[in-house]
Amino acid sequence: MKLTVWTYEGPPHVGAMRVATGMTGLHYVLHAPQGDTYADLLFTMIERRDHRPPVTYTTFQARDLGSDTADLFKTALEDAYARFKPQALIVGASCTAELIQDDPGGMAETMDIPVPVIPLELPSYQRKENFGADETFFQIVRALAKPMARTAQITCNLIGPTALGFRHRDDITEITTLLSDMGISVNVVAPMTASPADIARLGAAHFNVLMYPETAETAARWMARELDQPFTKTVPIGVGATRDFVAEVAGITGLAPYLDESRLRLPWYSKSVDSTYLTGKRVFLFGDGTHVAAAARVARDEMGFDVVGLGCYNREMARPIRALAKDFGVEPVITDDYLEVERVIEALQPEMILGTQMERHIGKRLGIPCAVISAPVHVQDFPARYSPQMGMEGANVLFDTWVHPLVMGLEEHLLHMFRDDFEFHDAAGPSHHGGHAPKPQAEQGGQPPAPAARPPEFAGKMKEQSAASLVWLQEAERELKKIPFFVRGKARRNTEVFAADRGVAEISVETLYEAKAHYAR
Amino acid sequence: MTEVPRLPVSGGCRNTPILKQRGQREVFCGLTGIIWLHRKMQDAFFLVIGSRTCAHLLQSAAGVMIFAEPRFATAILEETDLAGLADAQDELDKVVGELLARRTDIKQLFLVGSCPSEVIKLDLSRAAERMTQKYAPSVRVLSYSGSGIETTFTQGEDACLAAMVPVLPETDTRQLLLVGALPDVVEEQALSLLGAMGIGPIKVLPAPRADSGLGIGPNTVFALTQPFLGDTHAALERRGASHLAAPFPFGEEGTTAWLRTIADAFGVDPATFERVTQAPRARARKAIAQASEVLRGKSVFFFPDSQLEIPLARFLTRECGMDAVEISAPFIHKGIVGPDLDLLAEGPTLSEGQDVDLQLDRCRAARPDLSVCGLGLANPLEAEGLATKWAIELVFSSVHFYEQAGDLAGLFSRPLRRRDLLSVDAPSLCPKNSGGEAQPRGQSPEGAVS
Repeated sequence: MKLTVWTYEGPPHVGAMRVATGMTGLHYVLHAPQGDTYADLLFTMIERRDHRPPVTYTTFQARDLGSDTADLFKTALEDAYARFKPQALIVGASCTAELIQDDPGGMAETMDIPVPVIPLELPSYQRKENFGADETFFQIVRALAKPMARTAQITCNLIGPTALGFRHRDDITEITTLLSDMGISVNVVAPMTASPADIARLGAAHFNVLMYPETAETAARWMARELDQPFTKTVPIGVGATRDFVAEVAGITGLAPYLDESRLRLPWYSKSVDSTYLTGKRVFLFGDGTHVAAAARVARDEMGFDVVGLGCYNREMARPIRALAKDFGVEPVITDDYLEVERVIEALQPEMILGTQMERHIGKRLGIPCAVISAPVHVQDFPARYSPQMGMEGANVLFDTWVHPLVMGLEEHLLHMFRDDFEFHDAAGPSHHGGHAPKPQAEQGGQPPAPAARPPEFAGKMKEQSAASLVWLQEAERELKKIPFFVRGKARRNTEVFAADRGVAEISVETLYEAKAHYAR
Repeated sequence: MTEVPRLPVSGGCRNTPILKQRGQREVFCGLTGIIWLHRKMQDAFFLVIGSRTCAHLLQSAAGVMIFAEPRFATAILEETDLAGLADAQDELDKVVGELLARRTDIKQLFLVGSCPSEVIKLDLSRAAERMTQKYAPSVRVLSYSGSGIETTFTQGEDACLAAMVPVLPETDTRQLLLVGALPDVVEEQALSLLGAMGIGPIKVLPAPRADSGLGIGPNTVFALTQPFLGDTHAALERRGASHLAAPFPFGEEGTTAWLRTIADAFGVDPATFERVTQAPRARARKAIAQASEVLRGKSVFFFPDSQLEIPLARFLTRECGMDAVEISAPFIHKGIVGPDLDLLAEGPTLSEGQDVDLQLDRCRAARPDLSVCGLGLANPLEAEGLATKWAIELVFSSVHFYEQAGDLAGLFSRPLRRRDLLSVDAPSLCPKNSGGEAQPRGQSPEGAVS
């Protein structure tokens, strides 16, 4: 039993729903109790989908247990086929149905459904959402894709995008254009946009672009083996990675590398003098492994940030993220425990977080700016405008998104100069975020019926412990308060580390400035 | 003088045959109630014993995430817990021990059963008894089921309140008990109206804190503020308390009828009743008249969701001039919503439970001006050109009693006003962009795969 407050990933059947909902002409019959239908709103509300997810839930109740849950499944499957006439069906169980062991796959096999019915085995008590998506897509591909003649022209499949994915919609457009510039057309995009008939013709492509290893790596490996299609290993997020991706595609296809950089602005924006203030900003990265790995490279090489910590919540990516952390000389944080991530961030006191919506809230609480780089998604992660992460436009988007939460260059100086000004005070926050003053308190969403006292937090304790042996003298504490809020956390931490390293128990104004000189850069 | 509500001449809906279909039910499970209950009871913690799905539901159900450390959590069952049940009880003790050590502010702990914990027959009532003994007197541990195989959406609150009733101390005091979790501001309005009539003492369930001194006994009379409290109703009657059946306090008429039932039981004279209610009634009528302007003559279709459907249909048809096409509720408990059914004119289809696909067919055929439905159906219906009101907002907002009557009408009129305001469709230039895909899902023209 594991005590969980918030979760980064849903259960595996939600991953299967992301595949099914992204596709067309496929229907998912899910053996599940009625409450599991909440998952529909993830798609209709967060992603603003204008159709119900193509999922039929059996919605069995307590009184059905032990009598006719199996019949209920059969009826639901028959009805779903008759009503929706899909080209193929996937069938499986959610966590509760897994316990009653009705075997949806076995039952479906005994019925005369005239289209392919693909059974899913998704262990709900061991695995999570990304696994569910990856496994579901793999099972669909394995069941439907066949070796076939290649297209005359060089084509590829884009694999990995799903419903409820972080900017998948726009990444598809960006990568399609980029490949088209090289003379490569897209055969099939899957799972998102593909029908089962499209899956059947995956084999016609010359190679696969694995956009998101989280959701399609197993299928990519299977197609490499069974359909003899190589797949790309570089995820084209950031300028360097996109250039590497083009080179990799050129290597696979034998075509000349070509990348239209006419709209690319990140390199110049990063070199321009206003960006000087980005130098060495201490950033912490957390999210799914793929986005974190890509963001780490952009942060260090293209923004000039100092990566002080990184990690991912999906254990499937633990190995590459550990290797990456080693390369960056930091401790990897591999966990799906939100509170642990919060403790790490509190201890590291970064100047910025590149994380998920969960870290955005941690940042709000701790007064640290945060830009979102990865799922789990929020309605904000489906902007109306074109906003890819991949390719040249993706790099531009990253620059804007990451700089936006920070206090801008000259404003930083003004805050130093006029720190007692009635407008330039701690609580005012960056001036371009009109009207919003960062409150130290957590955001309380959802219009709760009654305002409650703020509960004690774990995070506060951590801070007490780490600083327990150190005493800030009153004078030093006052001096610290004169430092603008957005660097105060760093100053406090640096001073404490400096003092601890030297066995100094009391922090004076002197210590503060010695530390400042020590860390000057 | 306050007039008694006019009964429909055709006779009410109490004896209208109820359509019952069995198929997919597109509803939340009872765990969802934790989202508002944990805010209402400020020293309570809700520990769901369930799966990752339960945790995911709790963080998704409100449509937003509440990122303070909430007073709820999920003890996620793992493969090892499913292997042997003795282990699960030990594991639960360990988890609760950790939790209570960290959160010394907790005075009531609810162990909340889920679909998986019920299927593996994890005995939470036994666990609660054991823990109550262990942690008495500082923490009271109770258990109830919020599982989707036992409860639908608001029934979770019912199960929670019903679990609290048996452990309440006995009292012989003649008192009024208001039952149902209301936003504080709304609850205070009710208390002040009743107080001004000289009714007291008045207690509320759930109380904001465990040590509120709430007792119960044969001299307790209770009024429900929410129509989904069937089990709580039964549990209170078992303790000897008596129920004041009344229409629910939505709208001016409903609030007046509800207050009058209580006033009559406490012997309040008509003059006092009139004096206390006159001004707020006039305000409520005025506010409803303004907010309901766009609702008059429009049709409404209720999908089953919160069990508020019948009282709300009564409000919308009688006070806002709407026509109900279909009114469905997850369950229809006539002992509780009977007075509302009496006031509801015959005509609409009444349905209990759901086959969502068949119900959507009926809704599409009727093309109502407004469909009240869950979040999973709202955008898809909007894309088909049908205006919707998300039902969950009705549970989360302040909608009871006089001062909120206009807001309640406003919740329904806003989607219609918005449609009138917006001018974004350009059908002549862009026929495919009229709000949805032309091709229905799952009916691809390419045909089947071999």
